[in-house]
Amino acid sequence: MTRELQDRVDEVPPVVAPPAPPTGTPSEGRADASPAPSSDAPAGRDEASAAPDLLGVQSMPMGKAINAGLRKALADDPKVLLMGEDIGPLGGVFRVTEGLHAEFGDDRVIDSPLAESGIVGTAIGLAMRGYRPVLEIQFDGFVFPAFDQITTQLGRQNLRHDGRMPMPVVIRIPYGGHIGSIEHHQESPEAYFTHTPGLRVVSPSSPHDAYWMIQEAIASNDPVIFFEPKSRYWPKGPVDLDHAGIDLHASRVMRRGTDVTVVGHGAMVATLLQAADIAEQEGRSLEVVDLRSLSPIDYGPLVDSVQRTGRLVVAQEAQGFTSLGSEVAATIAERCFYSLEAPVLRVSSFDTPFPPAALEADFLPSPDRVLEAVDRALAY
Amino acid sequence: MVQILTPDGVIAPSAEAEPYLALVEGLDDATLETFYRDMVRSRRVDVVGANLQRQGQLALWVPSNGQEAAQVGSAHAARPQDHVFPAYREHVVGMIRGLDPVRIMALLRGATLGGWDPAETGNFHLYTLVLASQTLHATGYAMGLRFDGLVGTGDPETDTAVLVYFGDGSTSQGDANEALVFAASFETPEVFFIQNNHWAISVPVERQSRVPLSRRGHGFGMPGIRIDGNDVLASYAVTRTAMEQARGGEGPSLIEALTYRMGAHTTADDPTKYRPEGELESWIARDPISRYRTWLEGRGASAAFFEEALSDADDFAADVRRRTLELQAPSRPAIFEHVYAEPHPLMAQQADWLERYEAGFEGGAA
Repeated sequence: MTRELQDRVDEVPPVVAPPAPPTGTPSEGRADASPAPSSDAPAGRDEASAAPDLLGVQSMPMGKAINAGLRKALADDPKVLLMGEDIGPLGGVFRVTEGLHAEFGDDRVIDSPLAESGIVGTAIGLAMRGYRPVLEIQFDGFVFPAFDQITTQLGRQNLRHDGRMPMPVVIRIPYGGHIGSIEHHQESPEAYFTHTPGLRVVSPSSPHDAYWMIQEAIASNDPVIFFEPKSRYWPKGPVDLDHAGIDLHASRVMRRGTDVTVVGHGAMVATLLQAADIAEQEGRSLEVVDLRSLSPIDYGPLVDSVQRTGRLVVAQEAQGFTSLGSEVAATIAERCFYSLEAPVLRVSSFDTPFPPAALEADFLPSPDRVLEAVDRALAY
Repeated sequence: MVQILTPDGVIAPSAEAEPYLALVEGLDDATLETFYRDMVRSRRVDVVGANLQRQGQLALWVPSNGQEAAQVGSAHAARPQDHVFPAYREHVVGMIRGLDPVRIMALLRGATLGGWDPAETGNFHLYTLVLASQTLHATGYAMGLRFDGLVGTGDPETDTAVLVYFGDGSTSQGDANEALVFAASFETPEVFFIQNNHWAISVPVERQSRVPLSRRGHGFGMPGIRIDGNDVLASYAVTRTAMEQARGGEGPSLIEALTYRMGAHTTADDPTKYRPEGELESWIARDPISRYRTWLEGRGASAAFFEEALSDADDFAADVRRRTLELQAPSRPAIFEHVYAEPHPLMAQQADWLERYEAGFEGGAA
């Protein structure tokens, strides 16, 4: 599977917007100024206006791309329903479900009571009844009341039923920092879920991936934890509405380089691309890999990359101790031992609670912190 | 409290029982005899389960003796299309729905994490060991029934409800309370059946609630009814009424069945350490089976019937025991199979590794 995914990565060029600076308050004003897709966008785009069956490439922010993906899933399958807090007439606190309640009604877009365990627990019952619930947890730090239902129930139902009770449940969680918000609103709890068997965990980094990955997650017969990098909700990027590109669980090379491989996911990908731009000005070539899928991890492109560069920096917003980045570092050390010219280095936030937002720039890995690790890797 | 049959085996309905008497009067002899047979079977299987555990054949047994009337009466109140979500002590409810109790033995023997498919066991769902988790699953299922239009159509073959069991200890769990909120909010076709057996392992019900648990229903916006859970007639009639209201679109309700766990919480427990002296004896005097037998005898059931019921239960339990001892351990690949519904690279890699690792030992020994 890995090799096959690798081949497909090479067929589909990265579709990513130039990163917006990770500072300031989010607003529509942060939209990227150059929404046009890259010149090597997939074939078919130019014919889009002539061919009515092709939708073409549109520029939109990630929040709208997820909204469009949810709308398509709701329209395509009557068993898909959305449930969460404030997702109805309000459209969610990030407006990701805006307009869907009006379009699909009370029984398809459900404002739940304010109880996260209740949301996930009843979704398990709905899935037993044949529904495909797509849940919204309002913020990363509020998922924990549902942690028991996710880990002891949702992730095990198919196993406990000897394969006769698939759980096609998607749990959308806006996560991560860079938005200057209050406690419990900027966290990166993905390792709790990647540590849990029976779950799949993914995180898009671009509007294009968000549009397709949310639909693929809904189509999966396994539970999928869908981490949405909330600082990336607003920058626009091209979305090819006709071609998904690669598999939900494939990782993707975002930028080719020769000196050091840097890997991350979610909002960190934008930071890594910024770091690669700065490094280029300094004469260093970074290869940037977007994991996209955090469980399972598609190691093929990463192994291939490290075999060429000989150096790897793993970057994440989450705390580093016992983290997803640690898992990636250990695996690459095992698989690429003879290719490595330096130890695999990790760039994480600190092993503290997310600090008051006034200190978030000191807490979250920046392009400079990534480049500091790149320098150390190159010093070996 | 709704009580129809007193501990002395006499029909002497409490005032609250009045609305249910017609249902009881409508029960035919065969049904009344089935209640008895099921309760006796349940108690015999309990003995077999406890013995198997003591003999090292089960990791654990979860006794239900003392709770037969609560379980048998309520189970017979559900229609075939209804769905039943148990906790983990409702062995006879499963049997009434069509579950082979050997499947429960397999679970407690460490041969499976689940053991059955509700589609093949009369919609009797899997046991859930994390307390009150199933109350939310049941509520979600009931929400789905409502969305599917299977409530309040007036067609008795179509209208469907959910019956969910939990205990007095579980009522303190957040999930139970969230389930009641969701059920009331979405007006689910659902009956919450609390077996208040007075003890959550070693902690008395007074630590869970200072008021009758039935009152919780009112607080969440649904009827809350307390019944004598050792009265199989009350258990049947009240649950059947609540299920019919649920199917008819009148929303959820909560039943608190006052009963008593005559045995231990599980075979890992020693109730003599925490129960006040004389308490067990006082509940033995209210035994659900003996009072029902007294009543059946009074209305003319023959000695032969009781002998036959006991002998049937003995045969049934002996067969369960024999087949439990024949249960095979699952094969190694079962560790990996079905963790995911769709192919997963780690499962494939690790299953392959384990296979080769074990093969390596066999090769080395040759």
